[in-house]
Amino acid sequence: MKVIQISVFMENKNGRLAEITRLLASKNVSLRAVTIADTADFGILRLIVKDPDYARDVLLEAGFTAKETDVLAVAMDDEPGALAEVMELFEKNQVNIEYLYSILAGKGNKADVVFKVEDLERGQSLLKQNGYDKPLDL
Amino acid sequence: MIWNAVRESEAPEKRRTRQLADLKDLVARLYNRVPFYRGRFDSQGVKPTDIRNLEDISRIPFTTKDDLRETYPYGLLAADEEDIVEVHTSSGTTGTPVVDAYTRNDMDIWAEVMARCLMMAGAEKGDVVQNGYGYGMFTGGLGVHYGAHAIGCNTIPVGGGNTERQLQLMRDFESTIITCTPSYSLYMAEVAKDMGLNMADLKLKSGIFGAEPWSDNMRREIEDKMCLKAYDIYGLTEIIGPGVSNECSEQNGLHINEDHFYPEIIDPETGEVLPDGEKGELVFTTLTKTGTPILRYRTRDITWLERGECGCGRNLVRMHRLLGRTDDMLIIRGVNVFPSQIENILMEIEETQPHYQIIIDRGQSHLDDVELLVEVEPKFFSDETKELERISRKIAAAMKNKLGVNLHIRLVEPKSIERSMGKAKRVIDKRIT
Ligand SMILES: [Zn+2]
Repeated sequence: MKVIQISVFMENKNGRLAEITRLLASKNVSLRAVTIADTADFGILRLIVKDPDYARDVLLEAGFTAKETDVLAVAMDDEPGALAEVMELFEKNQVNIEYLYSILAGKGNKADVVFKVEDLERGQSLLKQNGYDKPLDL
Repeated sequence: MIWNAVRESEAPEKRRTRQLADLKDLVARLYNRVPFYRGRFDSQGVKPTDIRNLEDISRIPFTTKDDLRETYPYGLLAADEEDIVEVHTSSGTTGTPVVDAYTRNDMDIWAEVMARCLMMAGAEKGDVVQNGYGYGMFTGGLGVHYGAHAIGCNTIPVGGGNTERQLQLMRDFESTIITCTPSYSLYMAEVAKDMGLNMADLKLKSGIFGAEPWSDNMRREIEDKMCLKAYDIYGLTEIIGPGVSNECSEQNGLHINEDHFYPEIIDPETGEVLPDGEKGELVFTTLTKTGTPILRYRTRDITWLERGECGCGRNLVRMHRLLGRTDDMLIIRGVNVFPSQIENILMEIEETQPHYQIIIDRGQSHLDDVELLVEVEPKFFSDETKELERISRKIAAAMKNKLGVNLHIRLVEPKSIERSMGKAKRVIDKRIT
């Protein structure tokens, strides 16, 4: 369900990602999901962590450009077709997905996926109505 | 060969005598015919008769580019309008263009000085001059054209662009001289390679390159790849166009056609005239023109002057290859751009901060490649690439719209562009190093 994602602006230069992960490790921030959206000129690092406010402050203090965004994390059964079902649900109800990525090694036989949708409230109530409202174990 | 040995190798005293006579005549003419100049003289308390020797030129007020803009189009015309036979304007990115209006007399001067320049670079009758400078309002194309005709060279008016055709013409008509921008020549060499054309098999002996800054390193690269000797040419619309000065076989400074264009070097801060050998702003007085002659025009180009006999047989004063500008003006693909313009455009875009850096390099294609690094305003940072790309495109569109050049925009992290105590390093020009 609704979780807070941290995104960090990254110039495409060597070592920038290593620098960020080193920083977070030194402050005991453990990463539940990491993904990078990149273009030829820059990248956006997206993170899911247990305590997003703390992680954001760590990043800002170190001079990074970081912000919080609400996204939807959905715990799904780890079996074929699970993602397709959710996608179909969004599509049928015209909830546009901006991007999605999966959460690192889910616990048990659940596969967790993070969705950024255009209309968060609608997306969230839709998931609730259809039983995708298990809280995420971060 | 020397086009006009009488003038180009004249005894300095004789030359100075004529320069002074021409200057006196010019000042009297402008005082009587051009209200702008009369106003300037009167407000400074200077009279034409105050000019008794060449050094007195320092009493004449300077003319600036702003003066030219404010008097657009014909405010500085010193001849009757019906005696003008050709008009050129320079592309102004900052607003009103500047005008050069030529009388028959001025056209003859232009052909004469361009013929001298071409000959300094080895041209003579029998040569085939392939003219890759743009024809039209830009003075480059026609200026070279008139000079080449004066010598009697077969002139190929190909203009800019269409590189494969350029190379075909070069091969089929056995061009011996190419004129174009230095960066374009390197691009040509590359296309030639792709076409399977060996430059060494062509007949080129000289290249006359100008209209943008270049370095000695680039000269070596061009000479190597184009299999010719590369010469620097200098000129500006305000003075006459190309033909103001050119390098000779010694490739050690550009001989100024000083019997027509009287040069001074001044301290750009105080306006004081500096002695030969000292770096400063180049100032020109057109001694002999009649259409739109100009007194003490501040070019904003920085160089120094050197006098004396030259190995080529001329003794026309030489200016060193341009060392920079007094106003940070950049010439990007032939377009004049001021860093302050970039800053003003950025200020109007809320998603960015006016912290930027311009990196100019010769790109893959050897044409100017300009990267503009811009810091993102943290408030507008987004988790979505399309939003950041929208900001990039918005900046690029504003630059294209207001400056007329395509800049590659690279968003960088806030506070990542070096701030220094004094002037921030806004421009990194890798073309002149
Ligand atoms: Zn010489």
